[in-house]
Amino acid sequence: MMGLPLSMHGRVAAAAQSSERPAVIWLHFQECTGCSESLLRSSHPSVSSLILDLISLDYHETLMAGAGARAEQSLRESMAANRGKYLLVIEGAIPKAQNGIFCKVGGKTALELIREVAPGAAAILCIGTCSSFGGIQSVGVNPTGAVGVRDLVTDKPIVNIPGCPPNPYNFLSTVLYYLTFKRLPELDALGRPKFAYGRKLHEHCERRPHFDAGRFAQAYGDVGHAQGHCLYKLGCKGPATYANCSVQRFNDAGVWPVSIGHPCIGCTEPDILFKLPIAEKVQIHDPTPFDSYAPANLKEKGKGPDPLTTGVVGLAAGAVIGAGIMLAKKLPDSTPAQTGESHHYEPAE
Amino acid sequence: MGHHEFQKQEGRILTPSFFVLLSLSLLGMFLILVRCFKGIGAVSNMSDGYPWGIWIAYDVATGTAIACGGYAVAILVYIRNRMHYHPLIRSCILTSMFGYGLAGFSVMVDLGRPWNAYNFFVPSKWQANSAMFEVALCVMAYSTVLIIEFLPAILYSLETSRWHRLQMVMDHLHPFFSPGRDAVLGKIDYVRSVAAWLRPRLEKVLIFIIVLGITLPTMHQSSLGSMLLIAATKLHPLWHSPFLPLFFLINCIYIGYSIAILESVISSYAFRRPYETRQLSGLAGIIPWLATLWLVVIVVDLARRGQLGAVGRFDIYSCFFLLEFALLAFGSLILCSKRNRLSPRWLFVSAALIVLGGALYRFNVYLIGFNPGKGWIYFPSLAEVMISVGIIAIELLGYQVLVKMVPVLPRVHLHLASQRLQAITHLGPRRPVVPSPTLP
Amino acid sequence: MSRQSRRQFFKAAGLAGAGLVTSVGHASASQAHLPDNNQFGMLYDATKCVGCKACMAACKRVNARPGGLAFEQARFDEDGLWDAPEDLDGNTRTLIKLYKDTKGWSYIKYSCMHCQNPSCVSVCPVRAMTKDPKTGIVDYSKDTCIGCRYCQVACPFNIPKFQWDRTVPQIVKCDLCRDTNLKAKGIPACAETCPAGAILFGRRKDLLAEARTRLTQYPQRYVPHIYGEHEMGGTNHLYLAGLPFDRLGLPTLKSEAPASFSERIQHTIYKGFIAPVALYVSLCCIAVRNQKKGEAQHTPAAAAQPKES
Repeated sequence: MMGLPLSMHGRVAAAAQSSERPAVIWLHFQECTGCSESLLRSSHPSVSSLILDLISLDYHETLMAGAGARAEQSLRESMAANRGKYLLVIEGAIPKAQNGIFCKVGGKTALELIREVAPGAAAILCIGTCSSFGGIQSVGVNPTGAVGVRDLVTDKPIVNIPGCPPNPYNFLSTVLYYLTFKRLPELDALGRPKFAYGRKLHEHCERRPHFDAGRFAQAYGDVGHAQGHCLYKLGCKGPATYANCSVQRFNDAGVWPVSIGHPCIGCTEPDILFKLPIAEKVQIHDPTPFDSYAPANLKEKGKGPDPLTTGVVGLAAGAVIGAGIMLAKKLPDSTPAQTGESHHYEPAE
Repeated sequence: MGHHEFQKQEGRILTPSFFVLLSLSLLGMFLILVRCFKGIGAVSNMSDGYPWGIWIAYDVATGTAIACGGYAVAILVYIRNRMHYHPLIRSCILTSMFGYGLAGFSVMVDLGRPWNAYNFFVPSKWQANSAMFEVALCVMAYSTVLIIEFLPAILYSLETSRWHRLQMVMDHLHPFFSPGRDAVLGKIDYVRSVAAWLRPRLEKVLIFIIVLGITLPTMHQSSLGSMLLIAATKLHPLWHSPFLPLFFLINCIYIGYSIAILESVISSYAFRRPYETRQLSGLAGIIPWLATLWLVVIVVDLARRGQLGAVGRFDIYSCFFLLEFALLAFGSLILCSKRNRLSPRWLFVSAALIVLGGALYRFNVYLIGFNPGKGWIYFPSLAEVMISVGIIAIELLGYQVLVKMVPVLPRVHLHLASQRLQAITHLGPRRPVVPSPTLP
Repeated sequence: MSRQSRRQFFKAAGLAGAGLVTSVGHASASQAHLPDNNQFGMLYDATKCVGCKACMAACKRVNARPGGLAFEQARFDEDGLWDAPEDLDGNTRTLIKLYKDTKGWSYIKYSCMHCQNPSCVSVCPVRAMTKDPKTGIVDYSKDTCIGCRYCQVACPFNIPKFQWDRTVPQIVKCDLCRDTNLKAKGIPACAETCPAGAILFGRRKDLLAEARTRLTQYPQRYVPHIYGEHEMGGTNHLYLAGLPFDRLGLPTLKSEAPASFSERIQHTIYKGFIAPVALYVSLCCIAVRNQKKGEAQHTPAAAAQPKES
């Protein structure tokens, strides 16, 4: 699942069972808490086993036991105790406009908080599109000046786990990877783990054969839609969206938007989510042709000589030529002078 | 009509070669039945790149050229007024009749939807831009003309024959099947009288039919060349030229004379008759002129189109071109000497070389020089070859049988003791029979 | 006597031949056809094609109706899609092929070019291939076709395909959905379905204008040539691509249609049927005169001999 070979499972299990539990500080900024809600719906591992066995979730505004000043104190203590080693998870965008007054937690602006907490982190995990790229609050005029973490922190390794909400297993796998290998997984150009965001949905969508066959739903509820045909014409952004929703699916119920008939809205892509209308068709860039297409250069076509026919024809031709030569030999070289023959054949009498 | 110039070949019909040819014909017929039931692809290797295979290249294009003996000799006899070639005309017409008839039959085998062929007779469907349209109508007309041209010989037979073979068959039949003798004789008399009535009337107008039989092949043999004009992108420039119709026309004439020579020499050998070297040397004298004309025009045309370089490339196209050129050139060179023209052996050799070279030319244009694009290949399948062989066998068989039933071959001078002829025919080794010099 | 007359014969033949030869060169029997830009056609832009083959699938689905230009299908294969053809064939009227080399790749759609001066129409002896002068569609009628496959020989693009494996075969090629989608919806199925907008259907003049616009707007994307604008005297199926067309399997062709070339020669020889009739009449005169000459020579001797024996 993390893009690791099966042989690694022992190592991952051992890491999961080790008593060493890294500290995790989870900050919430401009968010809907959907990412945390998504995390709550995981079952393998479940959130409880995550926070009880795998990590030490020192600060999480929704899940932690403490509240108010006690919570803030936990934060400061964890930061001091695990300086340089804690994992910082950020959910939600950070508003920059007007000194960041549009989001304050515990009297501090999000800007201040992040400037305070980030320096001591080992790595930053941005869960959700809001913290990765800015999210819904950053579209249009962006009145609050909302930005993703990458626009504020440049000196720490950042892993973006975008989605709205992201698949919790993408997050959990990243954490487990970190526990196993003590480093972050391979990331793409947008900082997303390749094991989850390395392929476009279009390349591993179960409705792809319908696309290839030209079977499209033209409107919600029409025959094509009812038959489960490709949703490209309804605006599915699958061809431009890197994600693994079609494979990993959600809620442990084996569903994802396309499977229930709604086109993908491209929620892992900074340029698509909330920026392109849902119904707008996306251009399909750089399709990779596979070799089993009919080649433009014809290979050998038509039927050529087979040994039997060639043999028979050759033998027959040889026989005819041979017979011809023999006949030529047998024919007289000349006939005796035929004197007295008239021009016309006359009857005998 | 000079019926006295021709004679029936005496001999048994059921010879060993008859049975060999019969089995080949039957095999061909069987394979044609397979083609009818399972489709063309089941018996042939033709494909979308090579939609025309040996059935068209040989049976139609080359086969009709080989059948042009009648055409070529008719030009000599009736237009050039060389009546001393007249004795050759009937066997040439017979070969032509078979050749064209079987070419038509081959076309029926090759066509994918032959039941629509009636459209050739529906004026609203005529498409005169198509060379094939012209070829089809012209060949059908010419086949009819050939039959009419041959009719006098058949009518003569009907009139004068004593119906030996029919009587033999009747004698052997079981009395249940055998019709009453008087009824049969009555019918035979009726047939005889009809033939006797028809023949002189036919012979009066025959000259107009004969001239039609010279006009029509001029048209369709050249159109067989025109058929490939459209394939400018596929036919190799060594062969593709605006003069294709002219080339095919000259080609069919020299093949025609060569076939007349071959036919005559082989018949003389096979049926132990004297060699008609006098006539044949005359025919053979024309061929070098025709061949020179043809070769010169080909070279000039190649130069005009800037394709002389292609000749020397020694790729597969150049090699086949040079082969066809060489066969024709050597064959005609042999005939330049008068002594060779009087020798049955050298007549045979040169005629064979010219027929091979001329036939190879047609094969080159229709098949070997035809390249539809990268990757396409074609070689006939065994069934395809056996169908063509079967059709050729039918022709040889028919010729062999008909010359024994109808006066076709030129009459041998009977003045040379007919006993001598009989002696040689029935006993003794093969030796050329020489007519004795006693005629006025 | 014979030598002299042979010379005369060759002189006459040579003159006639020379006459024929020069007229072949200078014949003006058929003028060059100017392309009719009001005819319908298709513009295929290979740079927009994504290789989804929806056009192939739609073509098969739309044209496989009973009694139509149909082809057999397995009962379970209603769309006729499970054959993965490598080339156009007796069941496939349009095809997407891929050209790939170390430097790049491009898809290319093959189907009938609906030429302005089609070779297939020119050679069909029974008018089974016809060109509609208004719409420009080159149509095929299996009820007239004799299956001679001359159209296959003639087409420089090797488009018409024959059903070699059938007992009752026919020729198969694209007809712009003339009796199916074009009639019902006014657009061929492939153009209707294409999700990438690679196939445009419309009048040739509009397609050419669109193609020229694209070439000016995105010069680095395309090879600066509209394939089909002039080839063969113009085709109604036009192509734009990012790689040279000959690599994509579209042959380099002259702008003179082979049909004009061959028709010009046929018409020179057979125009008005004058030459064949003149030939027949003159040969008749010669032959009858020869016959009379022969009879005159024979009559004195013939009286002394019986004709039949």
